[in-house]
Amino acid sequence: MKAYSLFRKDWQSELRTRYAVNALAMFILVTISVIMFSIGSEKITEYLTGGLLWVVIFFSAMSGLSRAFVSEEERGTTMTLQLIASPSTVFSGKLIFNLLLVFIMNFVITILFGILFTSFIIRNIPLFALAFLFGNIGIAVSSTIIAAIISKAGSKGTLYPVLSFPILLPLILTLLELTKFAIDGNSIYSSMTEILVLICYDVIMATISYLLFDFIWKD
Amino acid sequence: MNNYIVELNNLGKYFGRRLVFTGIDYTFTSGNVYGISGPNGSGKSTLVKIIAGLISPTSGKVNHSFQNKIIEPEKLHDFIGFVSPYLFLYDEFTAEENLIYFSSIRGLKFDPNRADFLLNEMSLFNRRKDLVRGYSSGMKQRMKFIFALLHQPRLLILDEPTSNLDSEGKDKVYGLINNESQNNLIVIASNEDSDLRLCSSVIELEKYKNRNEGK
Repeated sequence: MKAYSLFRKDWQSELRTRYAVNALAMFILVTISVIMFSIGSEKITEYLTGGLLWVVIFFSAMSGLSRAFVSEEERGTTMTLQLIASPSTVFSGKLIFNLLLVFIMNFVITILFGILFTSFIIRNIPLFALAFLFGNIGIAVSSTIIAAIISKAGSKGTLYPVLSFPILLPLILTLLELTKFAIDGNSIYSSMTEILVLICYDVIMATISYLLFDFIWKD
Repeated sequence: MNNYIVELNNLGKYFGRRLVFTGIDYTFTSGNVYGISGPNGSGKSTLVKIIAGLISPTSGKVNHSFQNKIIEPEKLHDFIGFVSPYLFLYDEFTAEENLIYFSSIRGLKFDPNRADFLLNEMSLFNRRKDLVRGYSSGMKQRMKFIFALLHQPRLLILDEPTSNLDSEGKDKVYGLINNESQNNLIVIASNEDSDLRLCSSVIELEKYKNRNEGK
């Protein structure tokens, strides 16, 4: 309940300041436009479109999700949060906020891909939906803990992609594989190994994040 | 009177290789006002942050106990009210919204009577629906007191409590300190003589720069 209250505070704050939403919207718009201009009238393969989808999602997450903690640090309200909530409440609240943001952002990107790229054809939609669900959870959890780490650092802008790349790489590679399977129309059963890898990644990242956050949160 | 005790055991803090203070042994008990003084850079704010559990000491320990029970670090924020120049409220919310969110994040039901009482005490009641962004520095300082007192803390830590306040604001703060000190524990970090006059005992941080002098 406390975490939900913190999420509500962040959501209300986001609606008023548009810290993350503007950055995300602009990034999605610009990236998809650049991809479309560079492709022109060329026909690209289905696999490549699936790959491009996750590239756009990865870089969009880089541009917007760090705001959860960076905005608190920039406004000097980190101490305020430390005085009213336990570290686990803060992490949970920020995680709920990033989850919602990731789901909205990735839903918009996927819909835009479906409309703008004719070669983006998913033959097994339930498999893609599973990959989308667990992938988004993984991106949100990883981005939240990375955002907490970099908010304490001096060079925030550079550090976020540097830290994110090795942490998100196994996730993105698995998601690329599952997207390929969904495009091919493979069954969920035959893709079970990759789905389990995704679930394990989410569980491991969530556990590590909750364990580490106490140390990150206090100076 | 409640029985809130803070014990500082051989407390020391270094920033890198720079010694801030070392060897502080002290006990604070409720019903008193304690002062922490020292020149700029002597570590007043650092010490109060350590007491509040916001930063860790390099050596030593801080123990908080209430009614003879040790308070767990993750529960400490429920017992502490903190005012500091480094504390900021959410500019994009009104004073009232800030207080509502702070209560709900603490897991408490928002008490409008308590909030209105404090807003009245700090002469901000008529401006409670205004965004904090539009407040003057003195008004923001008054809001910090409301933030610190809303959940009726047992320990009130005041770092430079009268900075940015006019004489009326200072009088209100002194009245409030006198009132709160009847039952609770108050620690003030300041260089202002008028602030330190309220204290029954003052820690001079300069004495703890050198371990031998401190002992």
